[in-house]
Amino acid sequence: MNDVSRAITYLNDPFNWTRPNGITDLALEHVGISAVAVLAAMVVALPVGVALGTARRGAGMVVVLSNVSRAVPTLALLTLFAVSPIGFGNRATTIALAVFAIPPILTNTFVGFRGVDAEVREAARGMGMSRAQVLGRVELPLALPLVATGIRTAAVQVVATAGLAALVGGGGLGRLINLGFGQQDYGVMIAGAILVAGLALLTELLLATLSWAVTPGPRRLPFLQVRTTPRAGSVPEPTASGVPL
Amino acid sequence: MTSLGTRPLLDAVSDPAVGLLAVDEAPNPWFDPSYVTDNWDSILTYTGEHVRLTVLAVVIGAAVALPLALLARRSRYLSAPVLGLSTVVYTIPSLALFALLVPFTGLSSNTVLIGLVAYSLVILVRNFLAGLQGVPADVREAARGMGLSAAQTFWRVDLPLALPAFMAGLRIATVSTVALTTVGVLVGHGGLGQLITGGFAANFYRAEIVTGAVGCVLLALLADVLLAGAERALTPWARAVRA
Repeated sequence: MNDVSRAITYLNDPFNWTRPNGITDLALEHVGISAVAVLAAMVVALPVGVALGTARRGAGMVVVLSNVSRAVPTLALLTLFAVSPIGFGNRATTIALAVFAIPPILTNTFVGFRGVDAEVREAARGMGMSRAQVLGRVELPLALPLVATGIRTAAVQVVATAGLAALVGGGGLGRLINLGFGQQDYGVMIAGAILVAGLALLTELLLATLSWAVTPGPRRLPFLQVRTTPRAGSVPEPTASGVPL
Repeated sequence: MTSLGTRPLLDAVSDPAVGLLAVDEAPNPWFDPSYVTDNWDSILTYTGEHVRLTVLAVVIGAAVALPLALLARRSRYLSAPVLGLSTVVYTIPSLALFALLVPFTGLSSNTVLIGLVAYSLVILVRNFLAGLQGVPADVREAARGMGLSAAQTFWRVDLPLALPAFMAGLRIATVSTVALTTVGVLVGHGGLGQLITGGFAANFYRAEIVTGAVGCVLLALLADVLLAGAERALTPWARAVRA
């Protein structure tokens, strides 16, 4: 318990937050890297997911991608980008995290758009909507819950994984854990762990609320939603809760 | 002890410029067969640790997850917190979880094992519960009507019907546990992850890093294929229907 109380003392010392390279700096770096990575992944994955989903093609490829990505250790990805010609530092970390965020966004976007009822689309076309209108006014709202879930999963994973970057020389809050471990100062280590975990939970909470707010239809808070029971013997959809961290 | 395995890492990290120079000067192939043959023994040792941690984590996880899933199916009031809690656990970064455990369990492989069990549990409970909930209620009622006891119903009705979902859960849990084990390098018990950070610390030696990374992926694929084979062997009726 001594280590825990030392961690609390560490977290309560304002100096540890405000000094250069203190908690505030590291947290901002952490959030910055994560945000850029998630945005980059969205730029790549959303159009591809929408295109494949509306065409209802490429299911095999998406499943394979989401499964393989689960098997690749993120630590390996982070390290490989750092020793590639991209070089070491936050750029390599950001690219690795973006690569890692693509599968969950792509998979969920694909599944979301593919799941739109064909008759609904046909009806919208029959009412004289253009392709773009069908996409924006019919398919997007219907697919939005799954798309939002995908982005949320990816974002939480990225925030969590950005902590690993410190193991291979990157920045962010993981550096506190590494530092505490290197100095055998478990107080700092626990403080870092609490901060990283807290940031990940905060991201989840924030994005869950956000996706709830933008999703049309009956407004029920995520934790109050009724769960539909799956059919017997059905294999879970490839909506990848994804590679953890 | 092995904790020192991560120390050089910090030194290499503190002075990136030196490391970068070294990368440019020395020949640094992405893959080097002679590295693999020269270090075969240590690679085998790390692979062994990796496999041991993964198998133990999934087996313990499954042993704990099954009763939890059975309990959660009994009542809605239990299933909501079980699923909610599993979401929360999944959100906690592995590095943070291992770091939180270190002061209590030390630099042993138990630290890694406890963390891995927690994550595999999350996946397994969800899939087990989904499988059990997918068993049609009228089928279970028919089983009861035929005079099967609760245990008999479980073994002869629930288990076979939920088996595909169980196996899907086991496969996901195993594959992601293989990937997660690498994070154990924090306490010096990361299996093949040791090679990844070891190569990083040794002047960014690419051959070692790639060997570790490729080893992990191969291990995950092998485990997946084995479990898929087991599923096929355990569910002969699925093939009979299709044929």
